Amino acid sequence: MTTMTEQATQVYSVFIRATPQQVWDGITKPEFTTRYFYGSKIDSTFEPGSPYLSASGDGERKLVEGEILESDPPRMLRHTWRSLYDPDTAGEPHSRVTWEIEPQDGGVTKLTVTHDQLEAAPKTAEGVAGGWSYVLSGLKTLLETGSPLEG
Amino acid sequence: MTADDDRVFRALADPTRRHLLDQLFERDGRTLTELESDLEMTRFGVMKHLRLLEEAGLVVTRRAGREKLHYLNPVPIRLIHDRWIDKYRERQVSALAYLKSELEDTA
Repeated sequence: MTTMTEQATQVYSVFIRATPQQVWDGITKPEFTTRYFYGSKIDSTFEPGSPYLSASGDGERKLVEGEILESDPPRMLRHTWRSLYDPDTAGEPHSRVTWEIEPQDGGVTKLTVTHDQLEAAPKTAEGVAGGWSYVLSGLKTLLETGSPLEG
Repeated sequence: MTADDDRVFRALADPTRRHLLDQLFERDGRTLTELESDLEMTRFGVMKHLRLLEEAGLVVTRRAGREKLHYLNPVPIRLIHDRWIDKYRERQVSALAYLKSELEDTA
C-alpha cells in the first residue's frame, strides 16, 4: 500500500452476522477491542464531549486520543482521532471517524467506517489505510466466531 | 460467507472491474463521469460494472451534495486474505480457537 496516495476521506465497510447491539459492544467495550483492535483497550463514556482514548492492553502506551462528537447507540458513533503511536502522526491535527451500524435482512449488520478530515494529516491517512481493513476483518471474525449459532 | 466470497471472486474476475478498482486505489472518491472518462465503454456499461463491484462490497458509494462518490473498500479482499492466505498459520488458528472458547465461556 506504500504507493497509494494518501486519501483525505476513506470508507470501509463490512457485513457481520451479528445484531447492531453486538456490533456496538464490539466497538465500545475494552474486553472486545483488546481482541481485534491491535490489542488496544478503549476507554470512553461515549457521551458527546467526553474523551475517546485507547491504550495498549497493559495501559502503558496511549495509542489514540480524540473526543466524542455524536453518539447514538447502537446506530452511530462519531469522534475525532489523533494517532499517538507514532511521533509523526501525533504532531498532526485531529481527523474524524464515523461508525455507522445498519441492520440488514437475514440477521446481518452492515458496519461502515468513514475516516475523513484527513487533509492536514497525511501521515495518519497513510498509517490507517491498511489498518482499518485489518480491524474490521478482525471484528467480523471475533463476533461471528463467538456466535453460538456457528457452533 | 461462501456466497460473499463468490461475489468478490466473480467481481475481481474481469479486467474492466480491476481497472476501476485500480483507478480508485490511485485516487478515491470519484464520480461516475470521472471513472468512465478513460474507459472505452458506454456510461451504462461502466454503471453495470460499478454495480457488481458495489454488490460485492468492493466499492462503497457516498452522496456529496448532488454527486455520488465511489470509494474503494478493501475489507472484502482482506477477508479473503485472512481466510485463504493465513489459513494454515497455526498462530491464527490457535488464536481463533482461544477466542471461541473465551466467548463461549462468557456467553
